[in-house]
Amino acid sequence: MAVPDVRETYSGKVVTVTLGATAAEGGTRSVVVTLGGHASLPFLHFEGETRPPAIALEVMDAPPEGSEWPAPLAQAYGDAVADPVRWARKCVEEFGADLVCLHLVSTHPDRGGASAAKARETVLAVRDAVKVPLMVWGCDEDAKDNEVLPVVSQALAGERCLLGMATKDNYKTLTAACLADGHAIVGLSPLDINIAKQMNILIADMGLPPERIVMYPTTGALGYGLEYTYSIMERGRLAALAGDRMMAMPVLCIVGPESWGTKEARSDEVAGWGPAADRGPLWEAVTGTVLLQAGADIMLMRHPAAVKAVRGAIAGLAKGKEVQP
Amino acid sequence: MIVIGERINGMFKKVREAIQKKDAAAIQDLARRQVAAGADALDLNVGTASTDHVADMVWLVNTVQAVVSVPLSVDSARPEPLEAGLAAVKGKRMLNSTTGKEVDLGRLLPLAKRYDASVIGLTIDEEGVPANVDKRVEIAAKILAAAQDAGIPTDALYIDPITLPVNCAQDQPQHLFQAMQQFRMLSDPPPHTCIGLSNISQRLAEHQLLNRTFLIMCMAWGLDSAIMDPLDEELMRAMITAELLNNRFIYADSYLEAYKKH
Repeated sequence: MAVPDVRETYSGKVVTVTLGATAAEGGTRSVVVTLGGHASLPFLHFEGETRPPAIALEVMDAPPEGSEWPAPLAQAYGDAVADPVRWARKCVEEFGADLVCLHLVSTHPDRGGASAAKARETVLAVRDAVKVPLMVWGCDEDAKDNEVLPVVSQALAGERCLLGMATKDNYKTLTAACLADGHAIVGLSPLDINIAKQMNILIADMGLPPERIVMYPTTGALGYGLEYTYSIMERGRLAALAGDRMMAMPVLCIVGPESWGTKEARSDEVAGWGPAADRGPLWEAVTGTVLLQAGADIMLMRHPAAVKAVRGAIAGLAKGKEVQP
Repeated sequence: MIVIGERINGMFKKVREAIQKKDAAAIQDLARRQVAAGADALDLNVGTASTDHVADMVWLVNTVQAVVSVPLSVDSARPEPLEAGLAAVKGKRMLNSTTGKEVDLGRLLPLAKRYDASVIGLTIDEEGVPANVDKRVEIAAKILAAAQDAGIPTDALYIDPITLPVNCAQDQPQHLFQAMQQFRMLSDPPPHTCIGLSNISQRLAEHQLLNRTFLIMCMAWGLDSAIMDPLDEELMRAMITAELLNNRFIYADSYLEAYKKH
């Protein structure tokens, strides 16, 4: 008896977003990272083109504070966290990051409120220190981001960075900056697929093409809404593959910060939970491995052991199909 | 929903005059506006007053495809303009239409096959327009089988259950709804269903409201394409909203404007 062919084919395709520009393209990166381009669900390369996600590592522009940087992270990064340039180099040279995400935490009013000029200085120093594509994440305080991010955007003009976050109530300034300086943008939605689509429509209406938009549908870590994140990402991807062009953008997952924000990853006080040194990286690795299969295109991560585990999972899932981001 | 723009039809006075005077600009303006308003394809019909159906059809096709690239539906009751029109179309094409009559199926389906055209099949046979559901489904099944025999894929077939003006045949919409639902069970994948929407309201006072309401009701019963007026803005807004309520796309506050970006 013949075995029925159950492979699915889809009419739509996720757009391709390219980050980083080489000297020939007007930037200074030595590599570029390509996201998206999927014609099937994640890793089902026997059905159509699909591309594994890139891994970005987070670099804060000021040393992390207290509980946000538990012991396993402190051990992995040591005193590199005192200097964003050393931190970024470590991410690329030791931990193999595909991208560096510079998180401008120090610009937040509650964290010293560093000036746009200071942020510009840091961003340029990191740009010169590493040659992988850059993502820059503001401080999530609208007024301050609107002051800082356009300055940073202009400083990085031509580098084809990924800048975030645009939100439903605050997207115009950042979109205009990305348009002017040749960057891609991250549109944030709070675990809400309707707002995710609306963000894409709003940004596209300002003239930024879909090939320069990345969705951040909000990541819930293991035990904190991971299933919900998964189902929203999957539904969005299925809509994109069915032809909804306003859902056909690559997806960012903030795996590291969300995983390390859970008490299960951080706590070393609960008897029976096992050694914290393993538990935290595992929490991040499991969260990341699940989201791989939901359709993550960039995973923002923290712990090198978790990165290694996720890379291993990617290699296993992509077996027989050699496609590097 | 596949929207086939109805406006380039010689039964409209301005179009008839444009065809007579070979006023390409007037036709091209209608073509552009319909596509900009969301038409997925354009229907081209020279009208009954034409003195040279073949030449006029070829002129319409060339005039329209010079400015838009959507599929073109070559609309005629005569085989010669159908063939000349299909031959002239450079992109995707649609034959509008065959009936379920043996003579039509025998000469028009091979024509559609030769030009790789989609086909609209009207549920009319030698006995005329059926007055009930069963006969419509029977003719649809006959057209489907003939299309399959002719090598035309089912997703290139559009069954039209024939819409009559509501004041002439007020019980017909009910039959249409049920027929459309049954068409979907004829094969897997099912053929498309198409209606000539404005027929429901010809020369009636509330024609726009009738068109709009009828379209939405048909969509609830499985209609997935219509020859209709994309320049009727309220009609298009209602159609897009019905698509949303049929769960064809994900909601967003700007779903109306996003629809064209699909």
